[in-house]
Amino acid sequence: MSQNSSDTVSRLAAEKPITVAVLAMGGQGGGVLSDWIVNMAEAEGWVAQSTSVPGVAQRTGATIYYIEMLPPKDGKLPILSLMPTPGDVDVVLAAEFMEAGRAMLRGLVTPERTTLIASSHRSYAVTEKEKPGDGTGDPAVVVEATGVSARRAIVFDMQSLAEANGSVVSAAMFGALASADVLPFPRSAFEAAVRAGGKGVEASLRAFSAAYDKAREPADKSPEKREPDKSLPPLPASDPHPGLNRLLERIRSNFPETVQPMLFAGVKRLVDYQDIAYANEYLDKAEEICRLDAAAGGVSRDFAFTAEVAKYLAVAMAYDDVIRVADLKTRASRFERVRQEIGVKSDQIVYTTEYMHPRMEEVAGTMPAAIGRWLEESPRLFKALDRMVNKGRRVRTGTVGWYLMLHMLAGTKRIRRRTLRHAREIEHLNRWLELAGTLVPTDYDLAVEIVSCRRLVKGYSDTHARGHSKFDRVIAQVPRLKGRPDGAAWLSRLRRAALLDEEGKALDGALQTIDSIYGDKAAA
Amino acid sequence: MAERSFAREVEDLRLGEGEIFRGEGILAITKALLQAGVGYVGGYQGSPISHLMDVLADAKSVLDDLGVHFESSASEAAAAAMLSASVMYPIRGAVTWKSTAGTNVASDALTNLASGGVMGGSLVILGEDFGEGSSIPQERSHAFAMKSQMWLLDPRPNLTSMVKAVEDGFELSEASNTPVMLQIRIRACHVHGQFVAKDNKRPDFTLKEALENPRRDVNRVVLPPASLFHDKEKLEQRWPNAVEFIRSRGLNEHFGPADGDVGIILQGGMYNGVMRALQLLGLADVYGNSLLPLYVLNVTYPLVDDEVADFCLGKKAVIMIEEGHPEYLEQSLNTILRRRDISTKVHGKDMLSLGGDYTTALMVEGVKSFLKTHAPRLLGNQPPTPDPKPVLENAKVKALAEVVPPRPAGFCTGCPERPIFAGMKLMEKELGQHHVSGDIGCHIFSVLPPFNIGGNTMGYGLSGAGASAFNVKADKRPIAVMGDGGFWHNGLVSSVGNAVFNKHDGVILIVDNHYSAATGGQDILSSRAQNPTRSTNNTIAEAVKGVGVKWLRQIDRTYDVAKVRDTLKEALTTPEEGPKVIIASSECMLNKQRRVKPQFNQAVKGGKRMVRERFGVDEDVCTGDHACIRLSGCPSLSVKHTDDPLKDDPVAAIDNSCVGCGNCGEVSEAAVLCPSFYRADIIYNPTRLDRVAAKLRTLFIGFLQRRRASRQIAFAA
Repeated sequence: MSQNSSDTVSRLAAEKPITVAVLAMGGQGGGVLSDWIVNMAEAEGWVAQSTSVPGVAQRTGATIYYIEMLPPKDGKLPILSLMPTPGDVDVVLAAEFMEAGRAMLRGLVTPERTTLIASSHRSYAVTEKEKPGDGTGDPAVVVEATGVSARRAIVFDMQSLAEANGSVVSAAMFGALASADVLPFPRSAFEAAVRAGGKGVEASLRAFSAAYDKAREPADKSPEKREPDKSLPPLPASDPHPGLNRLLERIRSNFPETVQPMLFAGVKRLVDYQDIAYANEYLDKAEEICRLDAAAGGVSRDFAFTAEVAKYLAVAMAYDDVIRVADLKTRASRFERVRQEIGVKSDQIVYTTEYMHPRMEEVAGTMPAAIGRWLEESPRLFKALDRMVNKGRRVRTGTVGWYLMLHMLAGTKRIRRRTLRHAREIEHLNRWLELAGTLVPTDYDLAVEIVSCRRLVKGYSDTHARGHSKFDRVIAQVPRLKGRPDGAAWLSRLRRAALLDEEGKALDGALQTIDSIYGDKAAA
Repeated sequence: MAERSFAREVEDLRLGEGEIFRGEGILAITKALLQAGVGYVGGYQGSPISHLMDVLADAKSVLDDLGVHFESSASEAAAAAMLSASVMYPIRGAVTWKSTAGTNVASDALTNLASGGVMGGSLVILGEDFGEGSSIPQERSHAFAMKSQMWLLDPRPNLTSMVKAVEDGFELSEASNTPVMLQIRIRACHVHGQFVAKDNKRPDFTLKEALENPRRDVNRVVLPPASLFHDKEKLEQRWPNAVEFIRSRGLNEHFGPADGDVGIILQGGMYNGVMRALQLLGLADVYGNSLLPLYVLNVTYPLVDDEVADFCLGKKAVIMIEEGHPEYLEQSLNTILRRRDISTKVHGKDMLSLGGDYTTALMVEGVKSFLKTHAPRLLGNQPPTPDPKPVLENAKVKALAEVVPPRPAGFCTGCPERPIFAGMKLMEKELGQHHVSGDIGCHIFSVLPPFNIGGNTMGYGLSGAGASAFNVKADKRPIAVMGDGGFWHNGLVSSVGNAVFNKHDGVILIVDNHYSAATGGQDILSSRAQNPTRSTNNTIAEAVKGVGVKWLRQIDRTYDVAKVRDTLKEALTTPEEGPKVIIASSECMLNKQRRVKPQFNQAVKGGKRMVRERFGVDEDVCTGDHACIRLSGCPSLSVKHTDDPLKDDPVAAIDNSCVGCGNCGEVSEAAVLCPSFYRADIIYNPTRLDRVAAKLRTLFIGFLQRRRASRQIAFAA
């Protein structure tokens, strides 16, 4: 390099702007946050520039706001960039946890420079929540990536904190930003910017302040998890009610310790669903399963078969019928939960309207089995009755007449075990358990997977029917999978595929793969 | 006017000489129009220029004081035709729209305008919707400038330069009798910055004066032989005049050293990005000092050939930084140099990318390879450039691609269009999938999950025309969906009228949400609000009947999912011939909430009895199959994980952002989904009667609840 050009190089100013990217979804206040930052910087005598590429109106898509700031020099204004450059961003503010992930994917968070300030709450995208199973993304992946991407990370649930203070997430994020000491402005400058904004100032400042403090606390050690731990308390020593106590006794003395908490959850559900006798029936079946399990060497497998049955047998026996719905909807605890969820204040009154759409199928199902069958076998009568029954009903549970109706419907629980629906459910579950039971001695893993497939049966009416048909299609593969070393793995794959979409396209694909490996169904 | 107020922004339009304007780029341009003595402004709203229209629509008092006429044009073609006022009269006029979408629509008028030429300064402000965040096909407005001989300004993206471009643009237009296009990219429209304001100026010559003293000149009419003469005039007078004006006024700028082995030629709009790229390469600083000579084209059409040649003369090589394709400027540069036998090497898209955003990172790489080839010594002092690659290649970061979901824009919470597509999905469950022709507007989000309905779009208001070929006997009929915005823009004639005239047998579903919603909720002909400055409440039903539609169904509450489903079924199966038109109408929820929410809060504060509705889900009734979500996709209807050991999958949950539109309940009822939804009616400031009734009901219900609870056996633990 010549003498001349190194002189020119030295004439270049060394200053660099502070760069901030805000990743938010429409409607989260990303624009407000970026306005606060800009106004604060300007009030402090800096030049600040913000840009964004928002759609004008819709309120859902992911959006990036980008801000640069620098003081003027000798009256010369800096030239600021209109878009972030990966690897060149000082602060990334993410208003949702997967948006933090998106920032990292785009290279905006780099270990040399970036402070990542992210709210750990999730707002699920349509593609996550529309899956028939659990389609939600695993936040642990974002936590892992943060560890290698960010120079420093401030992560906590800013959404809840903001809500608790009657404000929105942008105010909490602004507080965390102030607390992070990454911008050369005092706390008072931040607060002044909020005040100058003029809207919801007090609530914003409360959320700001709470977030400011929270950001200074040591970070939670526990990593972000997709779901809360399942509530599986250990078996209580005893229960004052003799019938319940006997149930506890049975679980304690007849089952290995590892499966006891799940069995306890099962009997709790079934006592609540029906009665003590029904819970005993559950334990009868479970004991038989447990014996099969032990004979098949279950000890060495932690009684995985029994554990799986303990869970899905309870689910199957506590099938969702109109009686159950009426029972749940009329409970005092439900009334209270609604008030809490909605956030009803003590001086307000709340009424709920239930959206029910009974069909003749449900009515016949609730009849004693013989009458129900007769109705179903009289198609003209069935259709005529269906025309009367089959329509949407808006049930105003908080009013006397409607409540009484639901209350009485819930009371028909007494005859539940004689209904057509019950007969069908029990028949179905017996076949399912028997299939699994016969396979335990020879193909333990496959038997466990068969039990798990019960997960596919859920929902009401059409959705329920579709779940049943998926269950049937998956279970139909058992004959050709049994005895194969990867049989259980295949069944598990089929089950997961069935939960990916409503129409069962993924399941079709998986079944075709099996066909191509093991020959078509006819050959099996 | 629409439900959002721009009163604060209007205040900025009043700033006077020497005051500092702080705000968005597009608003700075709005202010610049008034400073330049504009006589009239029109346009069609759309991102990224909607705010220009919105602010002026709210700025009646300012405009009246200045004697400026503003109108919301029915389409870009209408806006462009408005500039006709500047053909015979020395009045400055400006129109605006989203480009290239709007420029396509406006082309008929622009061609005629450019042919005859103008007397008053005529400015077309183009929101160049290109690159990330764009919602339209990726084309260049540059092509329109070239084909019609209109001039194209592309100023540096700071408020001062953009404001100056408005003034320069009017003068250039007047000096060359040619309409001028001012192109502003999305980010520049939305950039927050500042400039020193001037006083607003009343137009020198008013529309009133023009009307009262009409002039005519047959030579300005686009009719042979005048139109042939226009072409000669363009080439022999207007073009040279424009070049001379641009040169003499120094509209294009030079930065950096006067001499050098290599140089950069760039569009003005790329300036900030190029400067950042040079800064990262150690060749410039943030205050605008550059070690490389830069020639900044604030006017990208026409080029000033001599200026270009002068810049290149003596340089070994130059690189043209020109966003979008084809590389018109690079081609012109080659022609200019070749004609003059200047041997400077020309680079551009060979070292940058052919299309897409010219990001800083991309320009760093492009300039680096340019300098490596022609001036490697300049890279000697290069600092390390920011490089996210190491972290992006880390397996833990790569794993994010599996979990970070796509999050495109979609229907808002409570959107009245959601139940329409839920109804259509239910119809499809019975009658099978149909060919659905889409349009421009919020309703096109139906193509995304969870609805996955609809295919192509052929342009604004053209969904009916897009289905016109499918007018043959078949077991299924095509469905065309269009919004009220598209309907009034073009759909009435090109889609509905076309279908009537050609006896089309398909279904046209018009989504009427009372606003031009996708562009920001502006009023249109059929808006239901009373607007003192516009004529609203002209119904779509009357309009389609007027063009001869016989089969017409109006659905006045789109949330009635079953009715939507059944009406569609009827339209698809009726033996009646000719187009079947369904108007599905409910107010855009975003705008409704803007209006209703403050009223509601006000009433509650005033002690009035008010009822708020919102939805909830009984989580113990919900089985987690998410069928409801597949018929909704509402942001407020989501899922949540429970601690119930007997539940594998997350249950549905509704958050407090629910506006109680009713879709959830209607859908679960119409699709026979599940009884877990409930609507909660929350009574604020209950009356005495409310309280007594509630007390009695609670007494009765509480008694039954306690009685049953006492019989219910439950574990103590």
